[in-house]
Parts: sequence; C-alpha cells; structure tokens
Amino acid sequence: GVQALLRKLQSLVEVPGRLRRWAAPGAEPARALRCHARARAVLRHYRHLPSFRAIEDESHAIMADLAQRLRARLRDDTLDPKELTECVEMLLQLEEPPEELCEEFLSHAGARLEAELAALEAELPPADPSGTAATPPPASDILDFVDRGSSAFVGNLCLLAASYRSLFEGRPGAGDGRLEAFAATLTTRYFELLERRLALERGLGDTSLLVRALDRFHRRLRALLELLPTAGAEAGAALVARAARERVDRYLRALQTFFLGCLGDVRQALAAPRPPGKEGPGLPDLLATLASSILGQLKAVLAYVQLFTTKDVAFASLPYFKGEFCMEAVREGLVVAFVRWLCRTARGFADGPAERGAPTAPPALLLLLARLCLDYEATTISYILTLTDEQFPPQDTGLAVTPGPALCAEARGAAQRLLDHYVQVQGAAVAQMLRKSVETRDWLGTVEPRNVRAVMKRVVEDITAIDVQVGQLFEEGVRRAQSSDSSRRAFSVYSSSRAPGRYAPSYTPSAPMDTHLLSNIQKLFSERIDIFSPVEFNKVSVLTGIIKISLKTLLECVRLRTLGRFGLQQVQVDGHYLQLYLWRFAADERVVQGLLDEVAASAAHRCLDPVPMEHSVVELICERG
Amino acid sequence: ARALTPQTAETDAIRFLVGTQSLRYDNQIHIIDFDDENNIINKNVLLHQVGEIWHISTSPADKGVLATCYNKTSDSKVMTCAAVWRMPKELESGSHESPDDSSSNTQTLELLCHLDNTAHGNMACVMWEPMGDGKKIISLADNNILLWDLQESSAKAALSSSAALEGKGQLKFTSGRWSPHHNCTQIATANDTTVRGWDTRSMRQIYCIENAHGQLVRDLDFNPNKQYYLASCGDDCKVKFWDTRNVTEPVKTLEEHSHWVWNVRYNHSHDQLILTGSSDSRVILSNMVSISSEPFGHMVDDDELSDQEDQHQEKIKEPLQDSVIATYEEHEDSVYAVEWSSADPWLFASLSYDGRLVINRVPRALKYHILL
Repeated sequence: GVQALLRKLQSLVEVPGRLRRWAAPGAEPARALRCHARARAVLRHYRHLPSFRAIEDESHAIMADLAQRLRARLRDDTLDPKELTECVEMLLQLEEPPEELCEEFLSHAGARLEAELAALEAELPPADPSGTAATPPPASDILDFVDRGSSAFVGNLCLLAASYRSLFEGRPGAGDGRLEAFAATLTTRYFELLERRLALERGLGDTSLLVRALDRFHRRLRALLELLPTAGAEAGAALVARAARERVDRYLRALQTFFLGCLGDVRQALAAPRPPGKEGPGLPDLLATLASSILGQLKAVLAYVQLFTTKDVAFASLPYFKGEFCMEAVREGLVVAFVRWLCRTARGFADGPAERGAPTAPPALLLLLARLCLDYEATTISYILTLTDEQFPPQDTGLAVTPGPALCAEARGAAQRLLDHYVQVQGAAVAQMLRKSVETRDWLGTVEPRNVRAVMKRVVEDITAIDVQVGQLFEEGVRRAQSSDSSRRAFSVYSSSRAPGRYAPSYTPSAPMDTHLLSNIQKLFSERIDIFSPVEFNKVSVLTGIIKISLKTLLECVRLRTLGRFGLQQVQVDGHYLQLYLWRFAADERVVQGLLDEVAASAAHRCLDPVPMEHSVVELICERG
Repeated sequence: ARALTPQTAETDAIRFLVGTQSLRYDNQIHIIDFDDENNIINKNVLLHQVGEIWHISTSPADKGVLATCYNKTSDSKVMTCAAVWRMPKELESGSHESPDDSSSNTQTLELLCHLDNTAHGNMACVMWEPMGDGKKIISLADNNILLWDLQESSAKAALSSSAALEGKGQLKFTSGRWSPHHNCTQIATANDTTVRGWDTRSMRQIYCIENAHGQLVRDLDFNPNKQYYLASCGDDCKVKFWDTRNVTEPVKTLEEHSHWVWNVRYNHSHDQLILTGSSDSRVILSNMVSISSEPFGHMVDDDELSDQEDQHQEKIKEPLQDSVIATYEEHEDSVYAVEWSSADPWLFASLSYDGRLVINRVPRALKYHILL
C-alpha cells in the first residue's frame, strides 16, 4: 500500500523532469505525451494542493513549449505526410483546438499537392487566352500524363483524406465539410489541367491510347470518390464524356474532308485529257469507287469510336456512355450528321451560284452525285444505320432520334434537285446553240435550202452523247409505244389544227382574239407541255426534259424573227431532221412532235411569203444530210 | 400579238391598248375599255398600216398620244422603226358605248412624227418620261440610247442627246425603263445579261449589274415607292430584285416560272404586288412584302382612323411572308406582256402570243388585307 503510494508520488514528482528531458527538441515527444497524459488526471485531481499545483504548472509549461515547437515544426515545408500526421496527432493529444490544427494540416498538405499539380502544369504550354498561339506538341503522350497525375496527385489526395479522417474523426469543428471543400478545389484544378492537356491532342492520333488514358483516369478517380463522394464525381464523368465527344466530332470532320477529297479525285478523273482512242473512265466505275471508299471510311471510323464502349473499359459503364453517347454523339452526331452533310454538299452543287460566272460543276459530276444520293436513299442509309445500331445498341432514353426515313427523304430531295439541275444545264447548253443559230442568220435573204444546217446535226450529236452519258448511270425508263408511222410522219407546215381560221373567206381584220380559235380549242384537248416538270430518275425522262427545253427555245427565237420564203423552208427542213432523230430519245414522241409543230406554225406565221417545200424534197434533203 | 400598254394618262377609266403583229394583214391597235361595274369589254380599233407592232407605249400627259415600234419590211431587209401617233379625239377618253357600234369603228391614227433611226439601228422600245409633260421620250436602238424632245405639240422630234454602248461584239439593248425617282433622270437598260443604269442628263452609265441573269434579261421595272429598287426578269426563268446601291447580290430571287419570264411589273401604288408573265403560259401574281415599302403591312395614320379602330394601332404586326398570291393559267400560249391598269390599281391585263387578252383582278381578300 504505502510502498505503491510512495512510488506513485515519486513518479509524479519526476514528471516535470522527465517531460523536460523528453520534450526537449530532438528527443522523443511521444513518450512525453504519454507520460503527461497519465499524469494529467492525477494532477488535476489534486490541484488544490500547492505542491501538486506546482508540478502541474511546470508540466503545463513544458507541454506548452512542446506544443509550440510542434507547431513551428508544422509550418516546416519539408515534412512528409507521415511526419505531419504524427505531429498533428500529438498536438491533438495536447488538446490544441482542432479547427486550427486541421486548418494547418490541410494547408500544409495542400501545399504539397499544389506542388504536384504545378509540376503537371509545367508540362503544358501556358494557357493562351486568345488560343491562337501555335502550341508545340506535348512532350509526353496522354497516357503518361494521366499516369503521373493519377498516381502522384490522386494517390496522395487519397492518403491525405484517409489520414484526415482518422485524425479528426469526431472532433468538433473539424468535420468532413472542410475536407470536402478542400478536396473539391484541388480536384477541380486537376480536372482543368487534364482538360487542357486533352485539348492539345492533335488530329486523330491513336484513339486506343486516349481510351486507355481516360480509363486509367476514371479508375483512380473512382477510388478517390469512394473516400470522398463529393469530390467531383459528375465533373470527372463529364470530363471523360467531353473528351469522347470531342474525338467523335473530330472524326466527323475527318470524314467530311475525306469526302471532299474523293470528289476532287472524281472531278480530276472527269476532266483529265484522254489520249485519243481510249475511253475515259466510265461513270459507273467512278461512282462505285466513290461510294465504296466513303462507306469503307465510315466503317473504319465507327470501329475506332467503338473503342470507347468496349466492355473492358471502366467508364463504359457510365450511364452517359451507355445511353447518350451511343444515341447522341455517335448516331446523331457522327453518322446522321455526316449523311446530312453529304446530302447538303451534293445539293450545293445544284443550288450554287452557277450563274454568276463561278466555275460550275461538270454535268457528269451532277449526274454522278444524283445517282449517289439515290443509292443512298435506296439502300446505303439503312445499311449504315443498321450497322451503327448493332455496334452501339440504342437504349430507350427518350432522346430524339432521326428516323431512317427522314434521312432517306433528304437524300432523295438532293438527288431530285441535282437531276433537275442537270437537265437545266444540259438543256441550256443545247438551247444556246439553237438560239445563236436563229439569231445570227439572215432569214429574209437566205437562199433555197439544200441541206440541213450544221447546227442541227450538232444538236443531234450532243443529245446522243447526253443519252449515252445518262444511260451509264440510270435505267432506260418507260417509253410510250410508238405508232407504226412515227418516224414517217409528214412534217406539214399547216397541220390540220391550225389552218382554218386563216383561210375563212369572211375574215375581217378584227380583234386578235378571234383568230386561232380552232387552234385554241385544239390546244384545250391536247396536253399542255410543261417545260420544267420535275424529272424522274430514268433516262428517257431526263432526255425528254432536255429536248423540251431546247425546242421551246427554238420556238421562242423563231417567233422573234421575220422569215422569207426560203427561210421558212429551211426551218421546215431543220424541223424534219430533228424529228427524224430526236423522237427516239423522248418518253413520248408526241411531245417532240407537238413542239416541232408549233415551231413550224410560228415560223409560218412569221413568214412574209409562206410557200412550204414539197415534202418529198424535204425528206430527200434530210436523208442526204 | 405582243404589245400591251395601259393608257397611262387616263386615270378614270380602265383602258388598255394592244398592238397586233401580223405579217399578212393590216396591223391594228385595239383600244380595250373595261367597264368595271358591268364587266363588259368594249373595243375600238385603229389601223396601223405601217407594220407589225413590237412595242407600244402611251404618253403620260396626253391621253391621245402614243408611240409604237414597228417592223418595216423593204426588199429583204427588216427595220424596226418608231413613231409617235395621235388617236382620233373621240376615242381618247373612256367611253362606254354599246357593243354593236364598235365593229364599224376602224379609224386611223394620225402620224405625228417619226423617230428617225436610220443612223442607229433597230428600235427596241420607246419610253416616255414618267409623270412628265409628254415632251421627252427615250428610245433604245441597237446599242444606242436616244433622248428626244417632242416639239410643236409632238409634231417634230428632235434628238437632244444620245449615248452608245461600247464593247465587243454586237451589243443590242433588249429593253429599258425610266425610273420615276430622282426627278426622272435615270433609266435602266438591259442588254444581254447585263443591266445598266444611266443618267439622262449626262448620258453616262451610273451602275452596272453584270450577269444579272444567267441568260438574256428580258424586262425591267422600277419600284414606284422605293427609290433604289429595281426588278429584272430573264431567260433563266428567274425574277430578281436589286438594290442599285449594292449591285453584287440580288435582294431577292423568285423562281416560280418554268420558262423565260418576259415581263415583270410592279403595281403602281402597292409595290408589294408583282406581276410576271412567262412563256410557260402563266401569269403569276406575287406578294413581295419583305422588300416592299410596307413590310409590316399598312400603317394607318392617326388622323385617318375612326374611333373604333383605335385599338388596332396597338397590334404589332408580324412582317408578312412573301408568297405567290395566284397563278393565272388562262392563256394557252406564251404570255408576252402583262400590265397594271393606270386607273384601277387592282386590275391587270395579260396578253399572249395567240392574241388573247385576259383581264384579272387582285383577289379581294388580299386587297382588303393590304388596305386595312
């Protein structure tokens, strides 16, 4: 009993001495703390006794001194996390206020982490606000960067979070909130740096590398997030999503450039001078190469993009990648956008400012693109969409998705516009020839026609060439069955529908409204010829359109001139020649017939001395020519 | 027939003049009176024996004076000449005679003067100075612009100034129009695919719209209410609207026709109504609100409002959409001329190759919409 008590007293009295020894700088403060902790309770109990009081005061002073030194040590930058933790632990045991301590702890640890972030930032070129400076390619690849970031920064942050929790758990004033805020700021900065680094990725590089880097980032981040759920889960996921989207957009642009390149090749092939005797590249071949190279490229791109959603990639299980990425980024943003852009670009060849004298697309190109769009509408679009849906299975996320038929409609619209434009362009070319021929000739003083005019032969040649060209890409189409005497029909100047009014004996020079009454009635019953009616996707329709335009031009030009007798006969001969050769190109030969009849009638009306040539002579001349 | 014009000086009765184009028979000018209330057409005929009429225009000051461009054939040469004529007095103003009398009234025109063009070439058209005193006319002959002064009550035409278009090849004017703005000192002409603006005082070119249409430009018209606006139509089947201060780009393009557009005409008072006639046998009436002088519809002035209409002022009107109001397909052949009546701003006539003249009105709903 007494012995024990005496020993206890002895130890108590020795406390200050021991404390002083242990709390001295460089000694073992841990033991001091332990000793102090043990003694404290007893000292407090017997505080009212002056001798015990003295011991208590002395030990307090020593401990305060120790605390101060520890604090000073805290501020020392060279502490590593372990030492830091020990320090803080001791201070906590010394009953220093926890808020201050955790502040110091966080700021110290923060400084370290900041240093690591700064090291990462040093690798990036300075953030140029205007974004125009040409930045040199980064020193290391993205995988390295992410590695370093993840292991150093994220790892340390995890350790920090863990030690913080263990130190300050449950202590008042040092709750998780502070830690979370602290962590959040740091992670935000980290994300920022990572984004900047991602932005430096030039071109399309190696998508698999990017995917691996993002994967690593995501995994480490997940580990961190388990500790600190609020440290930026959404931000991290968003970062990955953004990076993926950016890559997809780049692929889209690359596809567009590729298509334009292909078009350039086609144009060159069309325009290349051919050595005599050798046929130029057939249009079907060009079309096939074009279509297959685009499709091939698209498939390759899809394969690359699929790397983002393979099973072994960690972030592929994020809801974004399962749903929105597949739908919005890939299907809509890449595939649909590309198809739409293709249709728009093709259409642009037709709508472009062709009349302002800008270099126009060669008609063959228009035809080629029209066929391409038509094929797309028929088969290719559905094939592409099915492929996309297979590789990126659609989830029912309620997002707006462009249905296949809508795209097909766009493609068809573009094809129609291109074909219409082709007809217009070719028609205008032929019409121009006819117009010049009518305008520059002296119709009054011309001599008796001996042969068909050269320009008519050229017109027939050109139309035959167009027929061949269109026939390479489009099928024949339906032609109205010819009547047995179609090519032998007499090309009479005064066809029955027009004559009577002129020769009525009681003709009075009255209002122009009374003449041609019969012809008007006749016209009521025959179909009105629509010059620019929409063209169908077959050869005869296209050719008919072109012929209609040319003949209508001829009609209008003839109406503006005044002809003499031989002028009229020349028109007669030309008309017969055209009829002989053009009827086979048109869908309905009555169209050609009707227009040529009108040309003849107008020519007769404009003639001063209408005496038509004998039909047999006309036929003779045409056969000879 | 190709030539149509409203009797410009006549602002009460609705009258149109049509010139015939026949190589074999005597040519005539028909004066068409349209009786609005009874929907009756009266016709008077004047002989024009000198040749077939390609262009006709009336004096803005004197109801009885008109000018024609006609073809004169001599041997194997055809010349287009121009002359100024006067109608017989009793036919000058609108008369609503009963139809049976008209068939015997074939009277002759009194020739006032020729526009001598032996030095210049074929006349394409003759334009009167709009809102002028009927003393000044301009004729376009081949590649020349000729400004004439009519003296001694139009009995003599003296050439006051001229300008020629220099360039390669055979340049030929196809059509022209006198601008009612700038004190009537500007005209615009079309040759090939170019539209040029000229100042009549100095006879110099002011502006030039190159490649206005892909092919030939057929006709022009000026916006009566907006100073710098001009419409042109051509063989590329388009109608284009231009601001002459910025000639690189048309303000608007209309592509409603399927063949050459021969005529474009602004309505004299409501410039959002545009008439176009084309060789696809159609006449199209379009509402070009966005480039008219009243893009927001009619703004009612305060003092014209009656009390119960006050609340309409508060309504902010949406700018109306440009649209095609109506397509008139009554013609069977190419329409070569369309004109608004100078008396009734809602009435117009169109003329086609086979000689059919059709008179039409702006749909009533639109008329009230514009007025109110």
